[in-house]
Amino acid sequence: MKPEFKIIAKLIEKNTRVLDVGCGDGTLMEFLKDDSKIDIRGIEISKNNVQKCIGKGLTVIEGDAEKDLIQFPDRSFDYVILSQTLQAFLNPEKVISELLRVGKKAIVTIPNFGYWKVRLHLLTKGTMPITRTLPDEWYNTPNLHMCSIKDFFNFCDDREINLYKSIALQNLKSSKITNTNLTLKNLTAVLGIFLIEK
Amino acid sequence: MNKDVNIKTLKINKPLKLDCGQIINNFPLAYETYGVLNEKKDNAILIFHALTGDQFVSNVNPLTKKDGWWSYAVGSDKAIDTEKYFVICANVIGGCLGSFGPSNTNPETNKVFGITFPIITINDMVNAQFNLLDFFKIKKLFAVIGGSMGGMQVLQFVSNFPDKTKIAIPIACTSSHSAQNIAFNELGRQSIMADENWLNGNYSNQNKNPNKGLSVARMAAHITYLSKNGLQEKFGRKLQERDHLKFSFDADFQIESYLRYQGAVFVDRFDANSYLYITRAMDYFDLSKQYDGNLSKVFSKTKTKFLIISFTSDWLYPTSENKEIVIALNAIGADVAFAEIESDKGHDSFLLNVPKFLNTLKDYINISYLKD
Repeated sequence: MKPEFKIIAKLIEKNTRVLDVGCGDGTLMEFLKDDSKIDIRGIEISKNNVQKCIGKGLTVIEGDAEKDLIQFPDRSFDYVILSQTLQAFLNPEKVISELLRVGKKAIVTIPNFGYWKVRLHLLTKGTMPITRTLPDEWYNTPNLHMCSIKDFFNFCDDREINLYKSIALQNLKSSKITNTNLTLKNLTAVLGIFLIEK
Repeated sequence: MNKDVNIKTLKINKPLKLDCGQIINNFPLAYETYGVLNEKKDNAILIFHALTGDQFVSNVNPLTKKDGWWSYAVGSDKAIDTEKYFVICANVIGGCLGSFGPSNTNPETNKVFGITFPIITINDMVNAQFNLLDFFKIKKLFAVIGGSMGGMQVLQFVSNFPDKTKIAIPIACTSSHSAQNIAFNELGRQSIMADENWLNGNYSNQNKNPNKGLSVARMAAHITYLSKNGLQEKFGRKLQERDHLKFSFDADFQIESYLRYQGAVFVDRFDANSYLYITRAMDYFDLSKQYDGNLSKVFSKTKTKFLIISFTSDWLYPTSENKEIVIALNAIGADVAFAEIESDKGHDSFLLNVPKFLNTLKDYINISYLKD
């Protein structure tokens, strides 16, 4: 299980409706379901994963988050989760606005391209960075739009998206990101976890 | 029909008002069951059959002596496990395997109904079968499941009886019959009616049978159940028991011979007028019509859990039409799961050995039974 799942679970209140966008094989959905009384749905693009989820009794639909979120009414979920897939979309800006339309709040996690090991890799080797969270080569990575924690902060700022909670994750340790420590966290965090609302 | 075969029949005494306005009374509904209904009566699954199906879902069909039409999915330890569940399947009204249909004799005239039989709809079929719940004293079914026209009946069932099943699995179907599908059905009907032995539907009163028309209808329909790639892979341009073209209109190609065979075996087991009636029922199916085209409203009262399944190579009831049902259910926050299964076997995929489909079905059914 991804270490951020526990943090995500803490951000979600009980007795709520949650949509996991790009729910994979349903690990987070199962974790949330067991943990608290959450009515959780998922949408996933991979056929294999969808079949796995359905086999586990999870309410998952096969679909593409970039096209198929449109079927959900405005604010029909309390939370919409997007875990480490924002960077893989053709149009992340549109996806974020859809998340914030469908959900009253959204939880977005991003692999931080500002992480020092990523920067060091590019600086010293001069090739596209490969790390534990970014394991693919430039030619086969699904990631089209990498960004740093700072980029995401600026993105939200420009669009008047309220960053309700911002959490940095580094070696299983989590810490708050604030405007004052942003530059440091942007260097030390592997992953950023954001609870946002419009 | 072979009179020696024991067909279970429920005589329905409750009058049924059909969509066409007529009321039918004291009519037979033929059914078959598999497995055992448990004491809590919470393990019953009602399966709806497709256009040319019947009540013999599993084991050996006593009439054709072939495997039941859904033997891949239904049986001991299969996706729909008859060791765990009590499976019921009825022949639709309008059909020709024991349920009230155009080949029955009209008691008022002592002649076979033929096309004087009332036009029936998917709604009528479902309402007739609902009597099975009373008969078995089942308050709530565990599941309603069906593919193609069976899937339409699943949707209609939940629409009519929002709290009478825990889960619903419509497979490879639609909520509204498309122009293309009406067109194919019309082709089949015209082929039957063009046969000189159809005699305006009166063939059985004169000991005739429109076999040519019915078999051409079946041949045309059969093509729509397969996919281009599936056909190409199985038959290509292979010749039938010959090394060279014969320069004639014989069945030179294997695909021709295959289709002729499909047509020929079909006429032995199916009534031409039933084919007219059932295809008509499919054409009339447009579930959201009474809700001004808003499909979500059809299901607004239901707490039933849905699993919707489509197949990549099904062009008769394509994924897009199945997805419309998913979208309508999501719009009202219903519990709906959806999977499109990869298969090159076309619309017929749901009837065949497609392991990914059967495994998904099996796991979902078993886990849904355990969950509240």
